[in-house]
Amino acid sequence: MSEYLVLIYESESDWGNASEEVGGKIMTEHNDFMAKNGAAMRGGNALHPTSSATSLRRDPSGKLLVTDGAFAETKEALGGYYLIEAADLDEAIAIAAQVPARFGGVEVRPIRVFD
Amino acid sequence: MLAATIRVTGDIDLAEECVQDAYSKALTNWRESGIPMNVGAWLTTVARRRAIDVLRRRSTQERLFSLMEDRDNNGSSSVDGEHRPVDDRLRLIFTCCHPALSVDTQVALTLKLLCGLTTPEVARAFLVNEATMAARITRAKKKISTSHIPYRVPTAEDLPERIDAVLSVVHLVFATGHTAPSGSDLVRDDLVVRSLELARMLRELLPAQSDVTGLLALILLTDARRRTRTSPQGDLLLLSQQDRSQWDHDAIEEGTGLVREALRQGPAGRFALMAAIAALHAASPSWENTDWDEIVALYDLLVVTWPSPVVALNRAAAIGLARGPDAGLDALAALDSEPSLSNYSYLASTRATFLRDLGRRAEARASFEEALEHSENEVERAFLRQQIEGLKGSGSIEGSSTGR
Repeated sequence: MSEYLVLIYESESDWGNASEEVGGKIMTEHNDFMAKNGAAMRGGNALHPTSSATSLRRDPSGKLLVTDGAFAETKEALGGYYLIEAADLDEAIAIAAQVPARFGGVEVRPIRVFD
Repeated sequence: MLAATIRVTGDIDLAEECVQDAYSKALTNWRESGIPMNVGAWLTTVARRRAIDVLRRRSTQERLFSLMEDRDNNGSSSVDGEHRPVDDRLRLIFTCCHPALSVDTQVALTLKLLCGLTTPEVARAFLVNEATMAARITRAKKKISTSHIPYRVPTAEDLPERIDAVLSVVHLVFATGHTAPSGSDLVRDDLVVRSLELARMLRELLPAQSDVTGLLALILLTDARRRTRTSPQGDLLLLSQQDRSQWDHDAIEEGTGLVREALRQGPAGRFALMAAIAALHAASPSWENTDWDEIVALYDLLVVTWPSPVVALNRAAAIGLARGPDAGLDALAALDSEPSLSNYSYLASTRATFLRDLGRRAEARASFEEALEHSENEVERAFLRQQIEGLKGSGSIEGSSTGR
């Protein structure tokens, strides 16, 4: 059994333009997803948009630079994640394909285990 | 319950995971269907089933890795594809062609693990240097192991899409061999031979799949023309110029029979349709006698099943041949803004041919020059230069073409 992080990337402007009704529908879709895949679920959260993000980097002298916003500007932004357990990638894909992500898509990343 | 599961797994950690899994499943399942009569038995059954499933996947995955290791340590190109049990080869090709791997990687793994090519041989086949190919294969192994790509035949639900991916890889190997994208030979025999080997293997393993039958037919029918595609001097000969009596008629007969079978086996997929088009050409005694209307009709179907710009281009060419060069140019014009065709030499050369047919020689020459810019195959380039020569004295639009 292996764990995978399912990262949800979606366009924040599409989210912004979505009506309350659509927003509610998406919430329902997420709840349905979690209910249907309970056995595989190991965690998950929605994230506040990138406008609430703070990024930290160090400059060449080692000084901490704190900036407003996401680490990298991307067309689709990280909006949430699920941590799932699956026997193999095919199973992980079958689960991840059910994650609601109408304004973008998901990335499936295997969790690294250190012995 | 834990004990019963340990008896299956022989591994306490795995057993515990499966038991935990059974409890989780119980929470969701019992909410919907109610609590079963015998709670203990339900939980035990679920845990044991899960354990068996995981073990099966693990053991086949280990076998896959050992296959990949053996190849490297061996270093020799022993093709033992034929000696491996039937369903092992099927598992292997589906794994090599898993969509989580890039197409380049799928092709490299297929050639290495199913055709038994060594890494240097695969590198030569695709004209990349050995270090690059070795790195590609190492990355592939890493991807397979870290993300746990399973070593098995896909489920019935996934099968159609996954078969299409496998067929694409084999077709790509064939297409690359049939008309080498660069280099001094038109045909790379080694790749053509491998693709035919793979297509026959797939036909043996999946005899009832229409597109699998279609791909084998397509390769046989297309390769039947091999001997006539270049003149004895090494010049490119178009389909219209080839000596059809020199085509491989046994291959054509076999291919045509397979096309009929493919069309009977199910709704015509893209490989069956491409094969049908090839069969029509093979059945025509000459270029002039070809049933172009029928070919256009087949392309109309193909472009729906496979809306690729290259298919659209071929369809436009067929339209020009069926209905005249003006119609052909109209059909081609629609593709001028297609980004993936902007460096595709056949778009320009097809346009050039129709322009020439209409007597618009200066424009035709410019289009052939454009085609030359985008072609890297020496045999094709020589052919294009010849066409340009033939149109000299018509006054090129931009003056001299030197300095490009």
